[in-house]
Amino acid sequence: MYDDDLTCLAAAKELVSQGITVKECYSPFPIHGIDPVIGIKRTRLAIASFMFGLGGLALAILAINYFMIKDWPMNIGGKPNWTYFHNLPAFVPIMFEFTVLCAAHGMVITYMLRNKTLPGMPATNPDPRTTDDKFVLEFDTTENHSMSAEQLLSAIKATDVYELNENDI
Amino acid sequence: MFKEAEIREPLVLGDKSYHDITNDVVGPIEGKAPRRWYIALAITSVIALWGIGNIMYLIGTGIGVWGLNKTVGWAWDITNFVWWVGIGHAGTLISAVLLLFRQKWRMAINRSAEAMTIFAVMMAAIFPGIHMGRLWVGYWVFPVPNQYGSLWVNFNSPLLWDVFAISTYFSVSIVFWYIGLIPDFATIRDRIKSPVAKKVYGILSCGWSGRAKHWTRFEEVSLILAGIATPLVFSVHSIVSMDFATSVIPGWHTTIFPPYFVSGAVFSGFAMVQTLLLIIRKTMHLEEYITKKHMEYMNIVILVTGSIVGVAYITELFIAWYSGVEYEQFAFYNRAFGPYWWAYLAMMSCNVIIPQLFWFKKIRTSFYWTYILAIFVNIGMWFERFVIIMSVQRDYLPSSWSMFYPTFVDLGIYIGTIGIFLTMYLLYGRYFPVLALNEVKTILKSSGEYYKKKD
Repeated sequence: MYDDDLTCLAAAKELVSQGITVKECYSPFPIHGIDPVIGIKRTRLAIASFMFGLGGLALAILAINYFMIKDWPMNIGGKPNWTYFHNLPAFVPIMFEFTVLCAAHGMVITYMLRNKTLPGMPATNPDPRTTDDKFVLEFDTTENHSMSAEQLLSAIKATDVYELNENDI
Repeated sequence: MFKEAEIREPLVLGDKSYHDITNDVVGPIEGKAPRRWYIALAITSVIALWGIGNIMYLIGTGIGVWGLNKTVGWAWDITNFVWWVGIGHAGTLISAVLLLFRQKWRMAINRSAEAMTIFAVMMAAIFPGIHMGRLWVGYWVFPVPNQYGSLWVNFNSPLLWDVFAISTYFSVSIVFWYIGLIPDFATIRDRIKSPVAKKVYGILSCGWSGRAKHWTRFEEVSLILAGIATPLVFSVHSIVSMDFATSVIPGWHTTIFPPYFVSGAVFSGFAMVQTLLLIIRKTMHLEEYITKKHMEYMNIVILVTGSIVGVAYITELFIAWYSGVEYEQFAFYNRAFGPYWWAYLAMMSCNVIIPQLFWFKKIRTSFYWTYILAIFVNIGMWFERFVIIMSVQRDYLPSSWSMFYPTFVDLGIYIGTIGIFLTMYLLYGRYFPVLALNEVKTILKSSGEYYKKKD
C-alpha cells in the first residue's frame, strides 16, 4: 500500500523492471501512466460503442422506412412520400438521436458488465482506504515464480511503501 | 508529471491532501443535517405538493382549467417546458464539452450541474405530458403497433423529434451522471458507519473497487460519452426550437431559431447553476473547491452566450424589417409595442442589457452581484419564451384577438415545478457527493494551491 499516486507509480515501475508481475492496482482515482507499466491493454469499449451506434443507425433507417414509406405513407401537402431518399432530411434528427441513444447505452451496459459492477455486487477492494487516499499494488507469489516469496518481499520493501500485508489464499 | 503554468490561478485552494477532499465532501453526508436544511425542505415540499395537487386537478378536469384561448393555444405550458429544458442544458455542456476541451475547472461543478440538468429535464417533461390531457395514453408518442391499422407516429414532425431528443438526452445525461457517481459512492460506502447507509451506498456503488483496468475503462467511457453527448446537447435545443421554426407562424418561422435557442439554453442553464451552486458552496463550506475563479469562468460563459442571444434578438428585428413581409413586421412590432410590451422590455433588459455588466471584472468576481445577475437571467429567459409564444396573440383575424390571463392552475403548476425541482435538489445535496471528489483528486497536484506554491 502506498500513500501517494506518484510513489505508487514509481514503485510499480521499479518492481516491474526487476521482472515482478503486478497482479492488480487499486486506487481512489485513475493513476495516469500506470496501465502500460503493469501491462494493461487499451480498452476496446470505443469500438463497441461505434458498433452499437452503427446498429442503432441501421435500425432507425429500417424502422422509419417501414413506418413512413412502406406501411403508411402520409400525404403532407402533397410532398413526396414514396421514397426514403426524398424524405431523408426530415428523418435525420431521429436517426441521429437513435444512434446516440444506442451508442451511449450499449457502451455503458457493456462497461458495467465487463467491470462486473452491477447494483448489489460486493466490493472487492482489499482495503476500504483505497477509495479514499491510499494506493494498493497487489502481488501474487504464484505469478512470480522466478523469485522466492522472501525475495519478492524484500524487493517491495525497498520501494517507498506505506504499509505491507501478507495473505495466504 | 504535467505542470500547469505558474500564473494560472489554482483551482483547489488551501493546503489539501487527498484525505481532506474526501472529508470535505463526504463529511456533510455522514453528519446530521442542519436545521435550516429541514426548514428549506419543508418549504419546498409544500410548494411541490401544491404543484402536484394542481397537476392532478388539471388531469382530472381537463386542460380547460388553463387560461388558454383560441389564439394563445400554447401559453405557459410550453413557456415552462422550454424554460426548463433550456436550464437543463448547462450540466451536460459542462461535463461533456468542457471535458473534450480538457477544462479542469469543470470538475468542481460538473456533478451539481448534471444533477440540476436531470431534475430540470424531469420538470420539462411534465409539461408536454400533462398537455396531452390524457396522460395515461402518453405512450402513444412512441411508434407502437396499434389497432388502428398500424397508424404510426409522424417521423416528419418536430414534435416527434422532440420526443426522441428529450428522452435520449434525459437517459444519456442520467447515465453520464451515474457513471461518474459510482466511484464516489464507493468512497462513501467504505467510510460510512451506519449499517443501513453502508448497505444502500454499497448497492449504489455497484461493487466498484477501483482496479486499474476499471479506471482505464472509466476514462474511455467518460470521453466517448462526452463526445457523443456534445452534439446531443446542441441537437436537443435545436429540435425544441424547430417546434416553432418549422411552423408557418410569423415571428416563429425563422432559420435563426436553432443557434439562438441553443445559446439561450446555455445562457439560462449557467445562470441556474450559479443560482444553486453559490448556495451549496456557502452552506456546505466548499469555498476552497468552488472558487471565485470557477464563478468567473461561468460568468464569462454567461456573458458570451448572453451577447449571442442579444445579437439574435436584434437580427430578428432587422430581418423582419428587411424581409419586407408585412405579417412578419407586424408580429415583431406587436412584440415590442403591443399589449405585451412589458414582457418584451423585461426580456430585453434581463437578457441583453443586464448581463453586459459582466464586462466589469469587479462585478464578474463578486459573489453578491453574480447572484443578483443570475436571478435576472433566469427571469429574463422565462420572459423570452413567453414573448415568443405570445407573438401569436394577435393573429390574422382581429376579432379573435384577446389577452392571455393565467389561471391559478397555470400559476400553481409553474410554481409547483420549481418546488419539486428544489426538493429534489435539496435531497441530492444531502445524500449525494456534490463534488466529483475522486476527479478533483486528480487535479490536486497540478492545480492545487499548496502544490503550486511548493514547486
